[in-house]
Amino acid sequence: MVLNGGRGGGHHRLLVSGVAYELLRFAAMLALTLLGLIFITFLIGRVVPIDPVLAVVGDRASAETYARVREELGIDLPIHQQFWLYLGKVVQGDFGTSVITSQTVLHDLRQYFPATLELATAATLIGVLAGVPMGVIAATHRGRWIDHVTRIVGLVGYSMPVFWMGMVGLLVLYSWLDLVSGPGRLDIAYDGLVEPVTGLLTVDSALSGDWDVFRNALSHLVLPAGLLGYLTLAYISRMTRSFMLGQLNQEYILTARAKGVPERRVVWRHALGNIMVPLITVIALSYASLLEGAVLTETVFAWPGLGLYITRSLFNADMNAVLGGTLLIGAIFVCLNVFCDMLYRLLDPRART
Amino acid sequence: MSEPVLEIRNLRIAFPTLRGSLEVVRGLDLTLGRERLGIVGESGSGKSLTGRAIMGLVPPPGRVSVDRMSFMGEDISRLAPADFVRLRGRRISMVLQDPKFSLNPVMKVGRQIEETYHLHVGGGRRQAYARTLEVLAAVKIRDPEAVYHLYPHQLSGGMGQRVMIAMMLIPEPQLLIADEPTSALDVTIQLQVLAILEDLVRERGMSLIFISHDLGLVASFCDRVLIMYAGKVVESCLASELDRVQHPYARGLLSSVPRLGDDRPELPTLERDAEWAQ
Repeated sequence: MVLNGGRGGGHHRLLVSGVAYELLRFAAMLALTLLGLIFITFLIGRVVPIDPVLAVVGDRASAETYARVREELGIDLPIHQQFWLYLGKVVQGDFGTSVITSQTVLHDLRQYFPATLELATAATLIGVLAGVPMGVIAATHRGRWIDHVTRIVGLVGYSMPVFWMGMVGLLVLYSWLDLVSGPGRLDIAYDGLVEPVTGLLTVDSALSGDWDVFRNALSHLVLPAGLLGYLTLAYISRMTRSFMLGQLNQEYILTARAKGVPERRVVWRHALGNIMVPLITVIALSYASLLEGAVLTETVFAWPGLGLYITRSLFNADMNAVLGGTLLIGAIFVCLNVFCDMLYRLLDPRART
Repeated sequence: MSEPVLEIRNLRIAFPTLRGSLEVVRGLDLTLGRERLGIVGESGSGKSLTGRAIMGLVPPPGRVSVDRMSFMGEDISRLAPADFVRLRGRRISMVLQDPKFSLNPVMKVGRQIEETYHLHVGGGRRQAYARTLEVLAAVKIRDPEAVYHLYPHQLSGGMGQRVMIAMMLIPEPQLLIADEPTSALDVTIQLQVLAILEDLVRERGMSLIFISHDLGLVASFCDRVLIMYAGKVVESCLASELDRVQHPYARGLLSSVPRLGDDRPELPTLERDAEWAQ
């Protein structure tokens, strides 16, 4: 009988230990997943037909240099020993040194990841804030002109190649109309003026009250973020529409109408409240894929993000950098998943039991 | 009885199909006083849609036309959707079939009842809460405070339906439409829920339209019965006189009801006549 669990103090005690248990479970899951991830990325790094020694010393190194570096890198050791060595270093935050930047990989990631984070977050915000309402309205006006308009907007969104839209955007808005700034994250004149705190230029400049820098960073951000935001919007609005259509002919919606709930509240509270779980899944997935780094967008806009970094490292056989980047992306995926799981429980009582 | 609570003349509900418009309710007349009226009919006979038409809730693309529909003397046949909202819940309300689907899964049931109260009565949080507990007690929920905080999936069918009734009755509407309110429940629970419904309807002097496919239930629960077939009322009589109905469809229905102590090897099946649907 359900009622027994719902009474007085017992209920609260149950809830508290439940939360502690959940947190523990999440922590264990996180650790295990990350361990597996490190193992797999490590294996991939060792299996690929790239000679890490050669990548360090270059084609023209002497045999002695080659042998010395080989020993330094620990390549002679059996693979399980190599793994433990690597794991030990990773745990301490040491991902090795990047061959092409000759900085530690950690340092590089700290540089490149915030750029991606800023772009992905801005794009996702645009996609969610515009896409969810669009999807809801398309669903409630199914078959009417506004539904068709959102359909076409969505279709254009995911059928136009992003690099093409990026170049057209730059040509029109930057080159001709001069409404936004061009490639890069900042004009050179503003570079290094703001102390990096989060690494997100808009946030850092706003924090330090440096509004010139803020405006400049924003005008650089607005086009790539708008573009990726548009892609996100196209996807999220279509998904929201179909989730909403699924809910709007449910019985509880009829109940809400029958008891006199105004239509706006029926839609935005009752129906929308019931699509939160799938909606969050869709948003998180699209956010995660943006965090991987949108290589094409980053290339067109010379945006120094993770996608650009990893691609360049791959082309240069910079395995430490590739492994570090892959690990970071994996960790982001796992964390986002855990976060979503917690949100589900918060938003849908059926997911709590 | 001076003025009827509800009067409907020539109600027609049609749905467009690929082969032209399909009329599902075809010229229904209904006069309802302060009474309990049962509407019986098989699936697709148009009884549920009739109930929804009274609340302006026929789903699109259905089209409703009616010569006259008045509720407490007010003409509601040409009401705009926004004006129907004023009527719904406050003056006419509806209990649906299966609480498993008809309660919002992500809202605490107490909140759902409170919502109705807020919409129609207003008042502060505390007042709404107190009133919600009262009405939960009125539908014989044993521990209203605990049930207030439960979600629909944590309720049994009978409890869910009592919550539903509480939610619909809290603003004290004048007319309640119960659309198969007990069909999804176990037989023993059915009787409990019906008893609660009967008490509340009687206490508050409400009119009731009870839609069902269960002849026996309707006969014992209602004052008067309409029998619908293919979108038309084919028979209208007092519940006590149900045994003496004339229409062959109604007769056929009655003779297919199994009775204890009957010595029949086989229940007779209903032989349909195309004429009934004319």
